[in-house]
Amino acid sequence: MQPKLIVSLTLVMLIVVSGLLAPWLAPHDPNLVDLSHKLQSPSFSYPLGTDQLGRCLFSRILYGTRVSLSLAMVIVLASLGVGLVIGCLSGYAGGWVDHLFMRASDAVLAFPSLILAIALIAVWGAGWKQMAIALVIILAVYYVRFVRGLVHSIKTETYILAAKVSGTSPYRMMVRHIIPNIVPPLLVVVTLEVGWVIMDISALSFVGLGVQAPTAEWGAMINDGKSFIRSHPRLMIAPGVLIFIMVALLNLISDSFSESKGFGSPLRRKLKPRVTEH
Amino acid sequence: MKISNFIWKRIWMTVPVLLGASFVSFSLLRLTPIDPAKAYLTVSNVRPTDEAVSAIRSQLGLDRPFFSQFATWLGDLLHFNFGTSFYSKLPVTEELYNRLPITAALAISSLILAVAVSIPLGLASALQKDRFIDHVCRVLAFLGSSAPQFGVAYLLIYFLSVKWDMFPLQGADSWRNYVLPAITLSFSLIATYSRLLRAGLLKGLNEPFVLYAKARGMRTFAILTRHVLRHAIRPVITAAGMNLGKLFAGSVIVEQIFGMQGMGGFFLESVFRRDYPVIQGYILIMAFIFVFGNFIADVIQTMLDPRSALEQGKVRGR
Repeated sequence: MQPKLIVSLTLVMLIVVSGLLAPWLAPHDPNLVDLSHKLQSPSFSYPLGTDQLGRCLFSRILYGTRVSLSLAMVIVLASLGVGLVIGCLSGYAGGWVDHLFMRASDAVLAFPSLILAIALIAVWGAGWKQMAIALVIILAVYYVRFVRGLVHSIKTETYILAAKVSGTSPYRMMVRHIIPNIVPPLLVVVTLEVGWVIMDISALSFVGLGVQAPTAEWGAMINDGKSFIRSHPRLMIAPGVLIFIMVALLNLISDSFSESKGFGSPLRRKLKPRVTEH
Repeated sequence: MKISNFIWKRIWMTVPVLLGASFVSFSLLRLTPIDPAKAYLTVSNVRPTDEAVSAIRSQLGLDRPFFSQFATWLGDLLHFNFGTSFYSKLPVTEELYNRLPITAALAISSLILAVAVSIPLGLASALQKDRFIDHVCRVLAFLGSSAPQFGVAYLLIYFLSVKWDMFPLQGADSWRNYVLPAITLSFSLIATYSRLLRAGLLKGLNEPFVLYAKARGMRTFAILTRHVLRHAIRPVITAAGMNLGKLFAGSVIVEQIFGMQGMGGFFLESVFRRDYPVIQGYILIMAFIFVFGNFIADVIQTMLDPRSALEQGKVRGR
């Protein structure tokens, strides 16, 4: 493994763990309004100072980590699940099933994804659940196309033909032969996607369509702080820097995955014997 | 396959996509958990009595069968009629058309800025591979792909507007208003384009025709700009065409931050008002721009390298 990968993985783990331990690490309740302490500068008891309602900025950022990361993970995993099932079905079955899914996805992909997400949220109303569903629908369409392409590329491999000749059922074929072989490229896409989803979540929350006040979320916090850009830019800088660091680290990890054969091949080597055991 | 044939075929291919897109846009109103007629009445400050609701339902055509509504919707689309706004009671087409110039100016100036900046950056980092300028470009590209758009916007506002007072904070009155939003929108594009160009240039430098040009005594810079750039710029043009729609989409957030009265900001306001006809009309126009951008990218690509039409013709003719 490259040092770049190790360093960025460690840092991501650090952020994830501090998010998980937020209730113990945070010095204050993230939503505790205390107007007597509003807009304080960083001090020992408030490491990053307080916002316009006297809430501890550091605690809000810690709790915001939980919100952003868990939402992003859930969204990516859910859409990956949907994409994997439909993509395999579409790629393996072919024919009219494939045709139907492809035309449907064409229609969705004709829209810029952010616009369609906003439009879907407009239909259901603002809120984090609606935002999550909208993002899952749009991401799943991308995954369907991606998985279908992968399935197509391995469909003609000898081991698939061998499995087919030996009478493997379609279900077993998917689970034992196709899915294990398309996991490594998917992994690269997924790490990159978590970063993008974090950005989407923060952008949608920033305009007020995603996570709603008073829940601490990075994008929503930037929106909260924007009227204080002249006097207290700290309110926007802190969450902004954290979004940037998180996305940058995930991009680095994704880069190292796709560059290094070191990660892909042991995984594939582990998977290959299983595939050829028939 | 001749290029004109390719273009016709390519136009023909967009038809089902646009039909599908208009179906998605049409279905939005039918997916709402609340009755659109009630949304209409709420926006107009009328108490939603049963009579009022049913009157509005028949006015909006919501009482007719699904596919008959869709047929009407398609027919109206052909006349550029997206219905009337729930909020202002003006035709959606007129509302959006009045705001189009600001958004279009913003998107196109960002695209031009992105291409204009990334060509010298790409050239410099290819010529000075693994030297100082290349490393700077690499860091810039990394920043561009990881920084959230609104973060970049506020960074620019903080330094160039609040601290040094070089550019106005809000509005869309003069060209100075467009500088910061355009930089915001083009920042991530510059990152992508300069890297694409660098990769293309470095790959092109290994071609035999470069060796021949060198043997003729041409200077590296001249070889790069006259021969290699022509090939290396193709992926950038494809990306630029594909990003046209993305730029219009990105203007939703950027226009809101910079207080510009364009289509994007109007769309966002309409989302909060549940002004469905505006939402439907806007996303459909975005889909058209998106599809059109891809089409233009394909055509320019073919003009620059007619072989790609041949290849695509073969693949499609399977």
